[in-house]
Amino acid sequence: MRVLAAMSGGVDSAVAAALAVDAGHDVTGVHLALSPDRQTLRSGARGCCSVEDAHDARRVADELGIPFYVWDLAERFTQAVVEDFVAEYAAGRTPNPCLRCNEKIKFSAVLDRAQALGFGAVVTGHHARLADGELRRSVDAAKDQSYVLAVLTADQLAGAVFPLGSMTKQRVREIAAERGFAVATKADSHDICFIPDGDTRGFLARRLGEQPGPVVDAATGATVGEHSGAYGFTVGQRRGLGVAVGDSRPRYVLGIEPVSRTVTIGTADLAGVGEVRTAPPTWTGPVPALPFRAEVQLRAHGTPVPCEVTAGEDGGLRLVLDSRQRGVAPGQSAVLYAPDARRGDLVLGQGTVLAADRAA
Amino acid sequence: MSSPEAVYLDHAATTPLLPAVLAAMTEQMGRVGNASSLHASGRTARRVAEQSRERLAEALGARPSEVLFTGGGTESDNLAVKGLFWARRDADSRRRRIVVSPAEHHAVLDSVEWLAKHDGADVTWLPVEPTGRVTPEALRAALGDGEDVALASVMWANNEIGTVSDIAALAEVTHAVDVLLHTDAVQAIGQVPVDFAASGVDALTMTGHKLGGPMGAGVLLLRREAECTPLLHGGGQERDVRSGTLDVAAIVGLQVATTAAVATREERADRLAALRDRLVAGVMAQVPDAQLNGAPLDDVIGGADPIGGPGRLPGNAHLSFPGAEGDALLMLLDARGVECSTGSACSAGVARPSHVLLAVGADPDRARSSLRFTLGHTSTDADVDALLAVIGPVVERARRAGMGRR
Repeated sequence: MRVLAAMSGGVDSAVAAALAVDAGHDVTGVHLALSPDRQTLRSGARGCCSVEDAHDARRVADELGIPFYVWDLAERFTQAVVEDFVAEYAAGRTPNPCLRCNEKIKFSAVLDRAQALGFGAVVTGHHARLADGELRRSVDAAKDQSYVLAVLTADQLAGAVFPLGSMTKQRVREIAAERGFAVATKADSHDICFIPDGDTRGFLARRLGEQPGPVVDAATGATVGEHSGAYGFTVGQRRGLGVAVGDSRPRYVLGIEPVSRTVTIGTADLAGVGEVRTAPPTWTGPVPALPFRAEVQLRAHGTPVPCEVTAGEDGGLRLVLDSRQRGVAPGQSAVLYAPDARRGDLVLGQGTVLAADRAA
Repeated sequence: MSSPEAVYLDHAATTPLLPAVLAAMTEQMGRVGNASSLHASGRTARRVAEQSRERLAEALGARPSEVLFTGGGTESDNLAVKGLFWARRDADSRRRRIVVSPAEHHAVLDSVEWLAKHDGADVTWLPVEPTGRVTPEALRAALGDGEDVALASVMWANNEIGTVSDIAALAEVTHAVDVLLHTDAVQAIGQVPVDFAASGVDALTMTGHKLGGPMGAGVLLLRREAECTPLLHGGGQERDVRSGTLDVAAIVGLQVATTAAVATREERADRLAALRDRLVAGVMAQVPDAQLNGAPLDDVIGGADPIGGPGRLPGNAHLSFPGAEGDALLMLLDARGVECSTGSACSAGVARPSHVLLAVGADPDRARSSLRFTLGHTSTDADVDALLAVIGPVVERARRAGMGRR
């Protein structure tokens, strides 16, 4: 099959491209240039589209003897991912930009263009298993990226190849080293690629400006402090609240109200939620009949919790959790899994969290 | 990936080394000797370098002392723009304006912009015609009385769209107001008549690898009276304007290539122009809405040989394919073994709308949808046939993929 390997310049996508070549595919490498202003990222070694990363990707492609191109998706990325990220925070929600990038860029703009140009699929270095149209967790639980892929539909998954799902990150690095790739020891990227210094609050402050508002204690309704922007907070957040309440019990962010810019905080007993409402879901395969039992993961790297999946309002879902969870933030994705220890938990689909309640 | 069976239609990027060049360079590389040394080995090396200088001067209508060897076209452009600016300004502090065409190569543009940003230069951008040409009238108007101008720079032939300037007419204008003219003739030599003395320009950039010589070897022709401040300081090998041990093997290769390219120019130009015309006609027959960029194929510029000649490089076909993206076209052609170019790319390799096409008034979509095909000394009818066999379906497929950014 003619396939397009998306090559970020990191070790995962380098090995994924190499494995696609080994599998006998006719592979063409593409580096996605996503920043509209490459110069600002030149100093940040972890910018996803820095000149160095394009160079690293090209070096691997040359070693593999495959054609290599750079596709400029800066406009699409800025609009679909960066602006969405800013707007979501401005609305008091906590978005996941990697998920949005997979949904709108890698497996939409790039896949569409690849297919129009005659490629059968897009190969990426994501850590997730994909076989027979079934998306499952990686064997490497610590590196599993199925959460940020759960938004993909069956059509999108049909055009995707993830060669790394059945190996550990350590094995990926070993393969890279065996092949003499210079990126074998390159550091993992943890940051949001368009915020290379890792300072999300600073980035949002530059974009949204100072937006002071009150911090309110849920138990008393009293204003206990001031903040300079509600976008600096995430539901479930414990550290860095910048307020002192009488007793020494830890406080958590319970809610963010964007219009009045009110950040509500409360003690742990108020922070747990038992019921989650989502936007209309997307499914990776056949639409399951409601209600059903599943495990739900409520944020990247979160611990899955058993739940009952039932019909909600306006086409959304109502998830009744078996045990209360903290840190369920509107804007995050509620990803549903069918547990399977042998073959890897199966991703069923996801819905964006709209609200969470203590009830249930 | 270039392969032996690839159809190579990118001679303006670089063109295959001539066998005679390889032989001359191999012979020289087998000898020891620094051309600056006083002993016999040094004298032998110097003799080869100086003989090359004389033969190059002869081929280009210059005096041997006007030939400065450099590391290539980019260095020659940097040396001319910065060196002439500094020398003229230092002699007369009012002279800090640079008059330049916006369709120049980045080696000129970025040098000018660096001087503007870091060294107080004022830049006057020349208007260009839709063909990319600068008219003598426009240059005259931009120069004014010329008293505040350090230099003017207009390329002899454009590397993207192949438009040839009427350089002699432009030099006449600059000289009337005592302004020095630099021209980047990297693409012109061996393609159109180039005579340094007859042209009247003060400084001329050339490089070896565009005409069958080695990469990393170039020349700045610099009129004897022109003062030029060095970029590279050291042994002062080249008239104290450029230092560095002479790469004698590269120099002899550059000379053999240039002499051959100039000697065979007319015959080759006629052959390539006919081939190019067939390429354009063939593409237009399959893609009727394709647009030719630059000057008409049969364009001529004023004056008789050695000054006049074709108004468009004989091997250049630059076309826009509305609704298709240059990137996609290039990739699809590459996958079918046909190698060409989209024009400029940034350091990360991102295709940018060509500054040349934008300068001649094309909208960004047209600029992004263009491909450059350039023919050279090894081009054959079979190369053109191979392109024509695939271009129709390739354009159709690229159009289905659309303009990727939308």
